[in-house]
Amino acid sequence: MNTIDIIKSASRKRRTRKIIAAAALGFVTLALAVLSLLLGRTIYPFGDVLRALGGENIRGVTFAVMTLRLPRMLTGLLAGAALGVAGSVFQAMLRNTLASPDVIGVSSGSTVAAVFCILTLRWSGGAVSAAAIVSGLAVAALIFALSGGGSFGGGRLILIGIGVGAMLNALLSYMTIRASQYDIPAAMRWLSGSLNGSQMSSVPPLAIAVAALCPVTAALSGKLRILELGDEAATALGVAVKQTRLILTLCAVGLVAFAASTSGPIAFVSFLSGPIAARLTGAGRAGVLPSALTGTALVLGADLLGQFAFDTRFPVGVITGILGAPYLIFLLIKSNREGGAI
Amino acid sequence: MNNLTYRRASMMLLCAAAIAVCVALSLTFGARGVNLSEILTGLFGRGELPIGAAVVRERVPRTVLGLIAGAALGMSGALMQAVTRNPLADPGILGVNTGAALAVVCGIAFFGISTLNQYIAFALVGAGASAVFVYSVGSLGRGGATPIKLALAGAATTAALSSLISAVMLPRAEHMEAFRFWQSGGIGGATWAGIGSVSPLFAVGAVIAVFSCGSLNALALGDDAATSLGVRTGRARLLGAGAGVLLCGAATAIAGPIGFVGLMIPHAVRLVTGPDLRWVLPLSAVGGAVMLLAADVAGRLLGRPGEIDAGLVTAFIGAPALIIIAMRSKVRSL
Repeated sequence: MNTIDIIKSASRKRRTRKIIAAAALGFVTLALAVLSLLLGRTIYPFGDVLRALGGENIRGVTFAVMTLRLPRMLTGLLAGAALGVAGSVFQAMLRNTLASPDVIGVSSGSTVAAVFCILTLRWSGGAVSAAAIVSGLAVAALIFALSGGGSFGGGRLILIGIGVGAMLNALLSYMTIRASQYDIPAAMRWLSGSLNGSQMSSVPPLAIAVAALCPVTAALSGKLRILELGDEAATALGVAVKQTRLILTLCAVGLVAFAASTSGPIAFVSFLSGPIAARLTGAGRAGVLPSALTGTALVLGADLLGQFAFDTRFPVGVITGILGAPYLIFLLIKSNREGGAI
Repeated sequence: MNNLTYRRASMMLLCAAAIAVCVALSLTFGARGVNLSEILTGLFGRGELPIGAAVVRERVPRTVLGLIAGAALGMSGALMQAVTRNPLADPGILGVNTGAALAVVCGIAFFGISTLNQYIAFALVGAGASAVFVYSVGSLGRGGATPIKLALAGAATTAALSSLISAVMLPRAEHMEAFRFWQSGGIGGATWAGIGSVSPLFAVGAVIAVFSCGSLNALALGDDAATSLGVRTGRARLLGAGAGVLLCGAATAIAGPIGFVGLMIPHAVRLVTGPDLRWVLPLSAVGGAVMLLAADVAGRLLGRPGEIDAGLVTAFIGAPALIIIAMRSKVRSL
């Protein structure tokens, strides 16, 4: 067996593993989505749920499934996918496993704007989402500008992101403390990330964003892999570095902002999805589809846990936050052991 | 050298003046304005007080607490930065605040604690535990506790502990009011009893800090050089870190989570005095007191007719300090 054969067989093995992993992730996601529709205060027969989905009007079942569980499931599915993809793009583009949007303050930009609109301006619905999106983009631009624009120094970017995040969190605490008790529940979902009270009307914008931005990201993922080699190498290989990076950043920030504008910033999902997907698929970096599926599985799984595993119903963000932190610590310990740069 | 002495002396004078101004402002401004005679009656009068003077008297404990807690936070930041040889060591970044908050919340929820001394004990334990935890996670493996690893370990721990706090608190809405205090720190709720309870802790921490200045200065040269100068590095580090945690834990216990004072002040002080801890430590104490009092006054003025908690103001003016430090440092040294 000569070298080429060895490389070919190894590459075949990798591809097989990728396909199997993606299929398994897809299956898990599907199972979780179905479970989200089936489980609830009352558990209806599978057939009834299917018929309710098909448009048949069954007493009780239709309301529970179509008004409560389906919007919740769809929001979780789409938000998870958006956060997963955005996280993996940020991590790859900044060449840093820790540089996910929630660590570097992009999500807090959306949150602050949304809470401000709800509590102070008394907006609701689409206007809040629009403000969250604009503000998320603006804060991301600010962080990038402060950390040296094009060069994207990893450590500096993270520190500045943490600083900006701290300032925004101070603003957030101020607004929630000043707010009247009646407004707090509406604002709470923006603080921890929650699928409670998801409505069908907020699903289409998120769906459009995911449908529009994920393919762009996927189309650029080849160039993204080259970007990881460094700016000089990428330029030499014919990638328009600045332009590619700009489009990818816009896509990723847009995804985060749209997800945050419907479900709130679900903690650690964007942080976890990329690395978990990469580990499952065995690649250095995970592709768009595995990251999206991992994000979805995380959100739906954590939401189910939060709803049914404990005496109290916890919002999904609390569960992912608790799940996510030990992972980060594991990551720190691992990177320490291997001596690699974070 | 003369120039340095001159700068240090003028810094000392400037700080003393700033303290006087801040104390005066803290007594004067608030939801109700007062005039000079009311201030004097409030401070020195006896018996039945007119309303203006009574207002002034109410503002005395919070002013005193602002001075003590600010000084403790400033010193604690200077100590932690010296011990860890890390420019980003700060109670807020090290997760000490969140650790204290989680301990108190667990105490309220599971052990039914309700007295001030119990709060203080729980907050101290939580602060110490989280400081040790974050520092050990941040310093595992090669390279030790680099600023970036420490900041990330702190951010991760803070996120995790915040989720745990939510998980503990959400089922227990009846305690929400007691818990709200732990979300943003402030000195508005100061009482003489509370100040009395934590003062011994501040005193012990400050005394240890003062006596460990010399050995911590030697530590700045590196462990080998310090050892050859006759310093027991392990003991020096333990004392310095212990005093730092004690000071910021006590401050957190009485004033709630107040971040960025310990980060910002020592950096500003070092710009003027140079790295000698015998100067940095006392000036950080004074500077911390000035910053916390000024933040408190600003919060009272900006938040009228209510107040903005001092902890929010310090975070808002202190976080840019972190950004500036990050922008000035060379990428390599991060």
